[in-house]
Amino acid sequence: MTKEAILGAIRRGLKRGPLPLDQQAMLAGRTATHPRHIIPARGQRDLEGRITLFTEYVEREFGTVDRLASLNDVPDAVTRYLALQNLPPAIVVSPHPTLQSLPFGTKPMLDIRFGVSGPGDLVSLQHAFAGIAETGTLMLPSGPTRPTSNNLLPDNALVVLMADRIAASYEDAFDWLRERGGMPRNVMLVTGPSRSADIEQTLELGAHGPRRLHIMIVDGEG
Amino acid sequence: MLETSSAFRENATGAMADAGLQKALARAKPQFAKKRQAAVDKLPEFEALREVAKGIKNHAIAHLDYYLETYAAAVERSGGHVHWCSTADDAREAVLKICRNAGARTVTKGKSMVTEEIALNDFLEANGVTPVETDLGEYILQLRHEPPSHIIGPAFHLNREDWEDTFRKSHTDLPADRIFHERRDILTEARAKLREKFLTADVGITGANFLIAETGSSVIVTNEGNGDLTQTLPRVHVVVTGIEKVVPTIEDTLSLLRVLARSATGQDMSVYTTFSTGGRRMGDPDGPEEYHVVLLDNGRSGMVGTEFQDMLRCIRCAACMNHCPVYGAVGGHAYGSTYPGPMGAVLTPMLVGVENAGQLPNASTFCGKCESVCPVKIPLPNLMRHWREREFERHLTPAAMRYGLGFWAFFAKRPALYRLGTRAAALGLGWFGRKTGFFTKLPLAGGWTGGRNFPAPEGDTFFAQYAARQNGK
Repeated sequence: MTKEAILGAIRRGLKRGPLPLDQQAMLAGRTATHPRHIIPARGQRDLEGRITLFTEYVEREFGTVDRLASLNDVPDAVTRYLALQNLPPAIVVSPHPTLQSLPFGTKPMLDIRFGVSGPGDLVSLQHAFAGIAETGTLMLPSGPTRPTSNNLLPDNALVVLMADRIAASYEDAFDWLRERGGMPRNVMLVTGPSRSADIEQTLELGAHGPRRLHIMIVDGEG
Repeated sequence: MLETSSAFRENATGAMADAGLQKALARAKPQFAKKRQAAVDKLPEFEALREVAKGIKNHAIAHLDYYLETYAAAVERSGGHVHWCSTADDAREAVLKICRNAGARTVTKGKSMVTEEIALNDFLEANGVTPVETDLGEYILQLRHEPPSHIIGPAFHLNREDWEDTFRKSHTDLPADRIFHERRDILTEARAKLREKFLTADVGITGANFLIAETGSSVIVTNEGNGDLTQTLPRVHVVVTGIEKVVPTIEDTLSLLRVLARSATGQDMSVYTTFSTGGRRMGDPDGPEEYHVVLLDNGRSGMVGTEFQDMLRCIRCAACMNHCPVYGAVGGHAYGSTYPGPMGAVLTPMLVGVENAGQLPNASTFCGKCESVCPVKIPLPNLMRHWREREFERHLTPAAMRYGLGFWAFFAKRPALYRLGTRAAALGLGWFGRKTGFFTKLPLAGGWTGGRNFPAPEGDTFFAQYAARQNGK
């Protein structure tokens, strides 16, 4: 069998047979405790410091950031953004409880559809599981309430991120994910809008994913 | 791809005379090094992280059998399938079988060097499955029927005129007289063309930057988002990758990610870093229903336990070629192999045999820059030296060079004779060239004097002067 042939060749190279059980147990222990390595100091700040750093890095990577006092301010912020970018008043919204409970009733002119983006959708509203201050990165795990397509298909990706969910490092954010019960099917770490430098090493935004990434950081309990 | 490594000398001569290529190289070369250095300077922990990254990969390779089994078990637990493949042929067949089972007519592809290594596209096409490259650079190369010339910037040898020209010839449904005002217009046209493909493909094929034993996840890193669309929209996702990509945990992966993008493009983090674990879960509104991993050996297991084991640490960032004076002079195609540059010079002889690729380890000045920027500290010059030794031992080096080396070795092993000989040569040349101070022609040195003058030695040799000074003390 191919698997045995490959493993056999590796073991011959390592000049041993299958790992003895005690060594296997040691490696299983390392995997179970998944120790951290060096974590860059730059993300290790208090919450306000992490929000500042996160914002700085998102903007440096050509994303935009809005800071809102409460979830009730989101509908206003969305319509303001759409008007500013000259976009039609229509969004597809991920079916996340937080987004479903937003007071969109105040925006009768806004066409809202909860669900998965299709090729025709121009604007999506996603809910971020976490932000990572270290590099201005969003963590967007897949699941019933967070369709992956909403991170990718529309030209304009709007994201709600609760301020207290901005972690110092990737490791902190993955610990939160572990607490919630293991790896979802898909976890996207997103740093800025889509881009390519394939044409003459010159950066152009909007390759296959969103041309614009707009993050609304919302204060209050996540 | 078609390997033409044995013709490296001819390829290189052609590349030096290629004006378009030289223009592209002149544009790109200084950028690569500058961007990496800027990213490194912003992270004080970078040097320490290189050591960490090296340690993680060494640990994974020292227990590669264990971590591969752990990884495969985790993939199966999450509902995915692992296909173990010894050879390129096995891997191609495995992918085709998955495509046939899915009834696939078109497959979209994210950027994957392993699929280049096994020449997957040609094989699928010959078997009635149409592959569509979706990375912008890979897409234009597919239209032009060219191989990539760089492992992360596959089309960087092309200039804007080439892009416009190729798009006009290939996208014949669009008005022929359309104007590309800026680079963005080229990008927008490709985006629209590929959107159709993403939405209609039956199978999506990606590579993997890392495989995680702890969770059974595969990780891809892109800036465009094409890899994500490739693995999200079709019904079946196939990951084609090498066995050396496995690392134990998420934390290990994160440490490697911290050195990967910085070394590659000088970004702190690529735009999309995505972890995929199995197929669609209960209640998931999107994502592929099936998830397959085609795990390729193709000579890699044979590197374990040899002097080339260090090469298995490679995370394919391209820093070595971005900083290489030889790559910078001739570009990637001259290497005639899937993997160019210093990492390619070490890896290619392993994949296709030193008898076919022995030229590549010789295409180095041993300046050591590649090793100094490698995020996992692979001793690339040393590994190239090992290949040169093997090539020499197997009598693959040309006769003239062998005799030359033998002649030189005779003297090198007899220091007194060597010093006498070099001293005679230095004094002799100095005397002959005493009028002008240089030579425009010298016997056996045509390679040098063809392009520049050879300076005449002045005074005695270093050893003679040193001895004289010691005596004078």
